[in-house]
Amino acid sequence: MEYFLQQLINGLTLGAIYGLIAIGYTMVYGIIGMINFAHGEIYMIGAFISFIAFLVLGAIGVTWVPLALAIVLVVAMLFTSVYGWTVERLAYRPLRGSFRLAPLISAIGMSIFLQNYVQLLQGARVKPLQPIVTGGFVIMEGGGFSVYLSYLQIIIIVVTTVLMAMFWAILSRTSFGRAQRACQQDRTMAGLVGVNVDRTISLTFVAGAALAAVAGLMVTLHYGVIDFFIGFLAGLKAFTAAVLGGIGSLPGAMLGGVLIGLIEAFWSAYFDVEYKDVAAFGILILVLVFKPTGLLGRPEIEKV
Amino acid sequence: MSARAGSPDFPGILRDSGLVALVALFLAFPLVGFHTIDQGGGAGMGIETRFPWVVVAVAAAFVGRFLQLALLRTHAPVAVERSLSRLGEVFQRNTVWIAAAAITFAIVLPMLPFADRRLVDLATLVLTYVMLGWGLNIVVGLAGLLDLGYVAFYAVGAYSFALFALHFDFTFWMALPIAGLFAAAFGVLLGFPVLRLRGDYLAIVTLGFGEIIRIILLNWYPVTRGPNGISDIPRPSFFGLEFTRRPAEGEVAFHEFFGLEYSGLHRIVFLYYLILALALITNLFTLRIRRLPIGRAWEALREDEIACRTLGINPTNTKLSAFAIGAMFGGFAGSFFAARQGFISPESFTFVESALILAVVVLGGMGSQVGVVIAAIILVGLPEWFRDLQEYRMLVFGGAMVAIMVWRPRGLIAHRDPTVRLGVPQRPEPSA
Repeated sequence: MEYFLQQLINGLTLGAIYGLIAIGYTMVYGIIGMINFAHGEIYMIGAFISFIAFLVLGAIGVTWVPLALAIVLVVAMLFTSVYGWTVERLAYRPLRGSFRLAPLISAIGMSIFLQNYVQLLQGARVKPLQPIVTGGFVIMEGGGFSVYLSYLQIIIIVVTTVLMAMFWAILSRTSFGRAQRACQQDRTMAGLVGVNVDRTISLTFVAGAALAAVAGLMVTLHYGVIDFFIGFLAGLKAFTAAVLGGIGSLPGAMLGGVLIGLIEAFWSAYFDVEYKDVAAFGILILVLVFKPTGLLGRPEIEKV
Repeated sequence: MSARAGSPDFPGILRDSGLVALVALFLAFPLVGFHTIDQGGGAGMGIETRFPWVVVAVAAAFVGRFLQLALLRTHAPVAVERSLSRLGEVFQRNTVWIAAAAITFAIVLPMLPFADRRLVDLATLVLTYVMLGWGLNIVVGLAGLLDLGYVAFYAVGAYSFALFALHFDFTFWMALPIAGLFAAAFGVLLGFPVLRLRGDYLAIVTLGFGEIIRIILLNWYPVTRGPNGISDIPRPSFFGLEFTRRPAEGEVAFHEFFGLEYSGLHRIVFLYYLILALALITNLFTLRIRRLPIGRAWEALREDEIACRTLGINPTNTKLSAFAIGAMFGGFAGSFFAARQGFISPESFTFVESALILAVVVLGGMGSQVGVVIAAIILVGLPEWFRDLQEYRMLVFGGAMVAIMVWRPRGLIAHRDPTVRLGVPQRPEPSA
């Protein structure tokens, strides 16, 4: 029971991070109907920018942890969203209306480019970071096993929940949210009634990148090591989460993220750690076979 | 866009370039401006600044954008476009001659005076990618299915040869068809569930599948020997003649049979001709199948799936056949790879490899057979020859893939006539 509870906590933490990345996939898919393969790389860049920001803050002597965390959060979101914006502008916007495979291939090219860009600039070696948020408390004890909840896990879950709620509010209350939803339903029509479609799409990428940056920051704190290749697996899993929840659906992405996180944690705990990634992809294939619309998605009807 | 007509609008251009430079500043500042360094000795990570690089990047962005707007908005791109298209047309018209010349050159290459061991080895490597490119071209170029896990089939082919050789003493020639069949079976196994879905899903599922295969190869220790890989894979023989200095008891070696002096080069040249033959078979197969109903169905499906369905083409089965055949050629190439290296490990089958094969297909112009050869020479041959370029290779590929899609999505020198040209209607259409 205690062991189960511990894995539940670990899984929720992991799932919160996947959920944040999955939102970027699902929103972009919703609005322009393409899989943004480079999104995993955006998350990786977010992790690197947070990492560098921590080192810079350490060097100039900002050591009060809450302040450092807040600054890094803002800095990472800001710079990473510029990357998200640029990727859309350079690699996707010129291809609207091109043939079907073009944006996909362009996205893969972008993903390879960004990976090697970071590798060349920051080196290929794994980068360790000294733990920044330490400590925690035991919430339950029994059977020789104590359930431990670290402050970091609390921070991750709280920050993620708050951001998702904020994002939800933005989408449902603001004019950007209305424009975004209008573009999801019908881009041409939205353009005709005066929605600036280009700007809405750009902002969607910016928002997705900002959330991915937060995920990157959380991972940097959680695992303490990053390298230029982390975007690949995390991107795949977050995409799986988006598909599981129903691609195009925002609550679906959050739900899918949490489910994938839980599955991964429990698989590692009760089965084979080596095959935990296989489990995630296996789920992706199973979902696609039996319920391609995902848990909360709407069926996609192609009209001629 | 007022710059297009008459004299360029300089204030507008300057403002635009300034904005681009500002974006470049934001992009470059965190990742170029700071460099993390490992201080060693438990001191943790340190950081150093590289601000001059940021200045260079921002200046380059400004000047680049300025030149692009001020100069290239005039006539240059149109002229370049037209000449590339004309080059493609010339290529197209003389395909037979170019192909014949290229094949002749490929056949005599090992006999040329400058062909040393290194060159023939490199040519073998390039040809392996040509074959993989042609195999993947069936899937991506003809059927329009984006396969990001092609390396998985390559791995299946390599491992099935290695394991059959290890456990059942199969020779290369016995294992080759089996490797192809295994790879095709994996293709069907994977394709069956996902080919009914939209194309984007296929891409990501194949990506995941490639990783699954690699993880299994890495961890299924009793069978695959995990990260240690499988060594001592038997080398292919020339109709039963081994390429060894001292053949086993009762066997005849290649050099003895032909009364030659033993030379290590024999095997290398033989491997070169082997992959040349395999690649040409792949090419011939593709060229012929394009004319068959199934090949036409692939291309039609790529263009419009719904129209195909109304015409009675079963999309799932048609795609599945393309997927399986592409996988089969990947399997053949894989067993050749295993035979050439004599050693395989999961290291050789990473996503980078899939990306490289895809880059060969995309940059050559999807569906173009000659393009694959040119792209393989440029992407595989050049970096291998100039080792210094290796570091930047993938960076350039990624950038080039984006640029090609934005600028000339059908490939650099693509000029493709339709496979079937419908006759111009003889009678004028009745006007409605």
